[in-house]
Amino acid sequence: MKRMKLLSLQILVMVVFLAVWHVMTTTSLFGDIKTSQFFFSTPWAVLARTVKELTGPSIYWHLGITLTETVLAFVIGSAAGILFGFAFARNELLSAVFDPYIKAANALPRVVLAPIFALWFGLGIWSKVALGFTLVFFIVFFNVYQGVREVSPTILANARMLGMNERQLFKHVYWPSALTWMFSSLHTSVGFALVGAVVGEYLGSSAGLGYKIHEAESVFDVTGVFAGMLILAIFVIAIDALVTLVERRLLVWRPTQSTTTTT
Amino acid sequence: MELQDRPPAVAAGAEPVSSNGPAVALGQVDITFHLANGGRYQAVKGIDLKVAPGEFVSIVGPTGCGKSTLLNAAAGLLAPSAGKVEIFGKPLAGLNRRAGYLFQQDALMPWKTALENVKVALEPMGIADREADSRAREWLARVGLRTFVDRYPHMLSGGQRKRVSLAQMLIRNPEILLMDEPFGPLDAQTRQIMGNLLLDLWSRDRKALMFVTHDLEEAIALSDRVVVMSAGPAAGIVADYKVDLPRPRDIADIRLEKAFHEIHRDIWSSLRIEVQKAYAMGEGRELVGGDAS
Repeated sequence: MKRMKLLSLQILVMVVFLAVWHVMTTTSLFGDIKTSQFFFSTPWAVLARTVKELTGPSIYWHLGITLTETVLAFVIGSAAGILFGFAFARNELLSAVFDPYIKAANALPRVVLAPIFALWFGLGIWSKVALGFTLVFFIVFFNVYQGVREVSPTILANARMLGMNERQLFKHVYWPSALTWMFSSLHTSVGFALVGAVVGEYLGSSAGLGYKIHEAESVFDVTGVFAGMLILAIFVIAIDALVTLVERRLLVWRPTQSTTTTT
Repeated sequence: MELQDRPPAVAAGAEPVSSNGPAVALGQVDITFHLANGGRYQAVKGIDLKVAPGEFVSIVGPTGCGKSTLLNAAAGLLAPSAGKVEIFGKPLAGLNRRAGYLFQQDALMPWKTALENVKVALEPMGIADREADSRAREWLARVGLRTFVDRYPHMLSGGQRKRVSLAQMLIRNPEILLMDEPFGPLDAQTRQIMGNLLLDLWSRDRKALMFVTHDLEEAIALSDRVVVMSAGPAAGIVADYKVDLPRPRDIADIRLEKAFHEIHRDIWSSLRIEVQKAYAMGEGRELVGGDAS
């Protein structure tokens, strides 16, 4: 009952939004129809274009490019983040020396690097991967660093009393703890990998979803821009759902918020 | 400056002298912490304590008197600033490899199931996976968790988690057992059940056991000896009582016996003074704080 009510309210919001958009762009209530449609297109036109794109073959090639860049940025960024996170967390001097540089690098808006990466790595996928990498790396790095640093001292003391050596401590305590922190930021890091890919494509490329949107924009094809955004949104939701699935599988040991434990 | 009351020598001569010497021997141990603000805090001072093999010794004292500090020194988790720690007659260097430790807080790895948590204790001993598996299952059955092997810690109650910890510690068959208020966070009924389980497991192969608790009744019901510590800072041992109640015991029933009450009265007479001292110090601190503001 409650669920149904919520769902109908959610649908209502969409209907109202589309209705306002429709009325605004197909009647002369807000001025010239032609002008309105030039700037805002119409819901039907955007939907029709989206369906047309999704049933055509070329969009999947573009999606494939964007997906490849996202996955590469995520995998390489995570690997580097884990490696450096561990190294810095276990080495006091290293983390102290590099601390200001890491902070400075992380404070830099990464978009400004895009032209440099395009120069270094060309207009192919690698300049986009590099941009995504700079975004993913810091998220994973900070989380792994925190995860290793904030292992419960009791769990650590207990593991030591069980006779574990450094290698076993790493395997049974540090590594799982770091992964927990990393997984807890999985949505953010995957999201940023995608942002890196799309922004990179948008700023200079010959393929991918960002390129498609940019292309439509450069010929003032507002319908195409909105259709591209809609496809991007569907794509992001699909990836996010997949991440949720992976997360549930990996963090099976973690209590859900509704689970209460008592003595 | 320190009041060095010598303990009434009740337990003297009660220790069976093993060829290797006592399981744990603390000799004139001082432990001082260096605080982050540059200050120093002396937790315990001049501690002499011997625990014989097979002896169950409880340590009681007011909150914050350094009971756990003492246990950590015996475990090798903490090096004393002065004095010596000997394990079976040998000076302790680094971690105490012959001891198992049961912590007050949750010490299980939350990312491992009950079975994996117990099994992992055998890995440092180089025991093959299949054997470790069957031994871990056996131990979980022994602590009454046969059907809970695949649960993660958060799916277990506090008492069940303590059972897993107990199995995790005992599966390695350590010669010395150190327990730091292990049943502290549990409710009264669960504490009794856990106390009886502990006595049952301990009595099978009597290891030396140091048991820190703030619950005097629990201490008497479980142990052979009860050691009373003074209020901190620079806490010392003020009394040492022998508990010669017959075994096997049921820790719920034993509380009703006359002998239990007599021992309780004796020990409480020394413990009460320390608890009041600690309380007064706490009050004093509050007063100073109030004046300053």
